[in-house]
Amino acid sequence: MDKFRMMFQFLQSNQESFMNGICGIMALASAQLYASFEFNCPCMPEYNYAYGIGILVVPAIWFFLLGFVLNNNVSMLAEEWKRPVGQRGKDPTILRYMFISISQRSLIAPAVWISVTLMDGKSFLCAYSMDLDVSQFGNATGHRLSEEQLIRMLAKIPCKHIFDGQHILSREAATRYIRCASQAFGWMFLLLITITAFMIRAIRPCFTQAAFLKTKYWSHYVDIERKMFDETCAEHAKSFAKICIQQYFESVSGEMHRFHGAGDSGKNGNEDNDKHTSEEDKLLGIHAQDDMNKVLWNWHTCKPALSLKKDGLSTDADRNFVAQHTAFHTDGETRSFFAYVYFCTSFDRHMSFL
Amino acid sequence: MDRLKLVLQYFQSNSESISNGICVILALVSVKLYTSFDFNCPCIPQYNKMYALGVMFVPPIILFLLGVLINRHTGVMMEEWARPTGKRTKNPAIVKYLFSAMMQRALLAPMVWILMSLLDGKCFICAFSMSVDPKYFNGIPNNTGLDLIKIMAKVPCKEDMIFRNNTFRIAVTRYVRCYSQAIGWSILLFLILMGAVARVIKPCFNHATFLQTRYWSSYLDVEQKLFDEICVLHAREFARKCVVQFFESMQDDMLLRLPLSQALRSRKTPTECEEEEDHLHGITKKKQVDHLLQTWYECRPELDVTKMAYKSTVCISWEDNDGHIVQSDV
Repeated sequence: MDKFRMMFQFLQSNQESFMNGICGIMALASAQLYASFEFNCPCMPEYNYAYGIGILVVPAIWFFLLGFVLNNNVSMLAEEWKRPVGQRGKDPTILRYMFISISQRSLIAPAVWISVTLMDGKSFLCAYSMDLDVSQFGNATGHRLSEEQLIRMLAKIPCKHIFDGQHILSREAATRYIRCASQAFGWMFLLLITITAFMIRAIRPCFTQAAFLKTKYWSHYVDIERKMFDETCAEHAKSFAKICIQQYFESVSGEMHRFHGAGDSGKNGNEDNDKHTSEEDKLLGIHAQDDMNKVLWNWHTCKPALSLKKDGLSTDADRNFVAQHTAFHTDGETRSFFAYVYFCTSFDRHMSFL
Repeated sequence: MDRLKLVLQYFQSNSESISNGICVILALVSVKLYTSFDFNCPCIPQYNKMYALGVMFVPPIILFLLGVLINRHTGVMMEEWARPTGKRTKNPAIVKYLFSAMMQRALLAPMVWILMSLLDGKCFICAFSMSVDPKYFNGIPNNTGLDLIKIMAKVPCKEDMIFRNNTFRIAVTRYVRCYSQAIGWSILLFLILMGAVARVIKPCFNHATFLQTRYWSSYLDVEQKLFDEICVLHAREFARKCVVQFFESMQDDMLLRLPLSQALRSRKTPTECEEEEDHLHGITKKKQVDHLLQTWYECRPELDVTKMAYKSTVCISWEDNDGHIVQSDV
């Protein structure tokens, strides 16, 4: 029981903590990307705004989409959404829940990018330096510049080295002002998303808790069922392949194997006999070089059909008898029964319970 | 029994130590955030106070909300508070205990931020440089043509032109920073004293009730964890049975359930053989596999594994070669 508990705790926590880990890594990547990105304001009236706002918004969208790409549950959501109804009804609340939880995780990295960009202030400075009120930072009447020249000068504010309007306004004061506005926006943005997250997660149990538990169980079930289906298919494919290959070897060798091999020798023979038998069995009836060459050649030129042979029953009576009892799950004793049936009808009339 | 005790102890201590760990991590995040934040006082009379007090108080609110969100006990507490009574009566003392534990943990990171900003002094200087009376300091630059309040508002910005080669700014800054640090240390001392006193005199009041409340609070936490775990276990079993049932329903030929060729049987042990057959579930042709996969998408089976979960038992009897009657459950 303890082993089970640890295994399932690991399974469940593994899935969630794996997704949380990816989410955290993306947030860190987002911050690091900003730190290593060399912001390069064009300082030209036509392009400043586009560049500044572009840097703020485009990487955020990119991170959001990347979050969707990296999340394994997206394909599960799409599959659940598009499948035909079949024998199982579709519950829209489950789809909503899955979509919301995927979106929540994907929104963290863009939020980090936007808040880091706003706190730093460079993109705001680049985008809004031309909207400054000159009278606030310098002398508005002292300059003799035309409107266009003034705008051009204001556009150069983000670029320290090419700014040429020191006599008109103080570049540091203007920079400081815009950066302060940018930081205020940044903090407000953070406050807003934190309050939203708080409302959703902390206040939610007051409403719809029972429905929420149901939705959580069934969306987790869909995930596990998909995994189990893949696992079962993999096991099936392995067995299928193994048996197919063995039947192919037998078909090439043309030999049929002994039927009471392990039953008798296991009880009466000594160990050497057993080993000898199992080694011979592994040869699958191929004993000569020519046969082996034929096996290898045919495996490429003429692969066997995907259909396992069944050495089944020959009489109708036996078929009927078996048909009545195949509704039940096969277990050891049933197998003994089938073994009896098999033996009785095909080669020997003596019983051997395997 | 011992193992169960160990596991439960692990659960209980683990949950609390996880919460404590998260709380400390959030405090460290708060420190890192403060040091990496580029404080940028606007040095304009209308905006100084707003900016500085904003930077001193808005991040703590954010950190507090984050602390409440990240804490596991929030969910437990809200659920316990909001649930209908049902067959289990509600104890308000438990909700209060959980609430106070959650608050204590959530308040650590904001306090760290506020104390750091006070001890550093930049916020205070930005907010209150205009309230300083300049006649206590000499060297005020009075040739700039600006009025007094604008000059005082520029004190936090050291690169401003009017303060070149001027000790006035440094003197005012030092004075305000000294105030800020004094307030910071006083708050820290007060908090620590309060914490120490609370811990020392707490056992004098209602200790027995407190022990009960603490037990039942951690019980609620463990119960919720176990419920989630058992739901996971159940979902897994349910899924497995549903999938196997689906595979078995795809057989169109009952005879395929017969055992495989004896050539294979003789070589393996019985358990290996069982495994092979189990894994095949009677699907042995490509067409069957294709049909199975197609049906899985187009017509998902219903969520009902009653047939598999409760198998009926039927007895079969037959004669072995010595003439004895042998019975077996199918």
